[in-house]
Amino acid sequence: MKLPIYMDNHATTPMDPRVFETMRPYFTEIFGNAASRNHSFGWQAEEAVEKARKQIADLIGATAKEIIFTSGATESNNLAIKGVAEMYAEKGNHIITAATEHKAILDTCKHLEKEGLRVTYLAVQTNGLVDLDALRDAITDKTILVTLMYANNEIGVIQPVAEIGKIAKERGVLFHTDAVQAVGKVPVNVIKDNIDLLSLTGHKIYGPKGCGALYVRRKGPRVQVTAQMDGGGHERGMRSGTLNVPGIVGLGEACALCQKEMPEESRRMAFLRDRLRHKLESALDEVYINGTMDSRLPNNLNISFAYVEGESLLMGINDIAVSSGSACTSATLEPSYVLKALGAGDDLAHSSIRFGLGRFNTEAEVDYVAAKVIDVVNKLRELSPLYEMAKEGIDLTKVQWTAH
Amino acid sequence: MAYSDKVLDHYNNPRNVGSFPKNDPNVGTGMVGAPECGDVMKLQVKVNPETGIIEDAKFKTFGCGSAIASSSLATEWLHGKTVDQALEIKNTDIVSELALPPVKIHCSVLAEDAIKAAIADYKSKVGAAKQETVSTA
Repeated sequence: MKLPIYMDNHATTPMDPRVFETMRPYFTEIFGNAASRNHSFGWQAEEAVEKARKQIADLIGATAKEIIFTSGATESNNLAIKGVAEMYAEKGNHIITAATEHKAILDTCKHLEKEGLRVTYLAVQTNGLVDLDALRDAITDKTILVTLMYANNEIGVIQPVAEIGKIAKERGVLFHTDAVQAVGKVPVNVIKDNIDLLSLTGHKIYGPKGCGALYVRRKGPRVQVTAQMDGGGHERGMRSGTLNVPGIVGLGEACALCQKEMPEESRRMAFLRDRLRHKLESALDEVYINGTMDSRLPNNLNISFAYVEGESLLMGINDIAVSSGSACTSATLEPSYVLKALGAGDDLAHSSIRFGLGRFNTEAEVDYVAAKVIDVVNKLRELSPLYEMAKEGIDLTKVQWTAH
Repeated sequence: MAYSDKVLDHYNNPRNVGSFPKNDPNVGTGMVGAPECGDVMKLQVKVNPETGIIEDAKFKTFGCGSAIASSSLATEWLHGKTVDQALEIKNTDIVSELALPPVKIHCSVLAEDAIKAAIADYKSKVGAAKQETVSTA
């Protein structure tokens, strides 16, 4: 077993060597511009791009023509939301999203608010899922878009996407989903789920960074987005810029591998994740899972170790790469807004660790991680005045703290 | 973020971890911070009533590595100081000793507050004891 161990696969994934080998010739030998229509260099590049387009479409139940290449999910999300807001401005000016979305969604919505659009940020329930009745109630005749993520990047909970899609369709509102964490991990089907726009990216599925896609539905309804960059009119006029052929080839291959291996891989991820969970829960008291386990990515475990601060825990497990919702690990010194939105209390947000399992993690690694975390949590609890007070039977919520 | 060697040393080998009985008349207890802010420090001093010298100090901290290191260092510095000398420990001394980056300065402030709170608690106990002696006399 090699140290350090990487278990932060929601942040990014290592590239699968098979993906890399597929990309390799497209840097040097097959370097043509996919938009060059008058020579074989261009044709070869175009052929590779079209093959990838089909591979991506197949993974999400779309058709190749509905795939628009972008630089990644942040751009896809910006293009979807700003593009719809601009294209459908005459129809309405209201967008619905949720408090636990990724910043690429929230900050895009805030940007549009400054331009006069109205945005509803739905609260989530304590299990991390949006309340469908709250969604129904939020839709008005001015609503043009519902944008809700497929699976959450911190707590891995999977939103009831099919129901959301159905509600949006019934009310004649477009539905966009940021599906970067879900695509390739769980079955996603834009037809079955009534999804009109979907963002995905390569580097979360063992593909390259800097290459993503936006699915834009062509039929029932035909969806259009206003381009956010001016230029040569590539990608059906929705996204100008010379195509990143090696990246696109890699994204396509990454999708094909996910599609082929998903049944086996998701079983293996769930096995490893559950093994980690059981080891932690049987050795330690007062550990809390954040977000529901009933509707969740198979590779995610987000867990709070009460009375232990997250950054100090990360410091003790410094040969393991994971993330924490603790304020001390963020640039803003604010604990995770996702965990805060669950209403669990800031103290549990400070104590949270996100484990993101991936294709290349092994059982031996999981066992090592569990043993190390248990050891460090025990050590830090020995050091924790809160653990001591809790053991004395003091109700920490009743203590007068000197907040600073 | 990279931690200084001194922070790592205190984190890996924290000094003087533990608790004294809170009700001991010679013990002063300071508890500062809040769980929802991500750090709580408990710092205790044990004072020799004859000499006024801090003979022992202990801490427990819920917080990041820098908070743990700041309070661990504080207990080391408190040993052998008089109660009044203890009040002269400044957070800036802790910052320079541990080479804390700007985002961790609040950890040193918390340690200074914990020292002050522990000393204040000790002094109030001594004051109360004197009062008691006077009233029973």
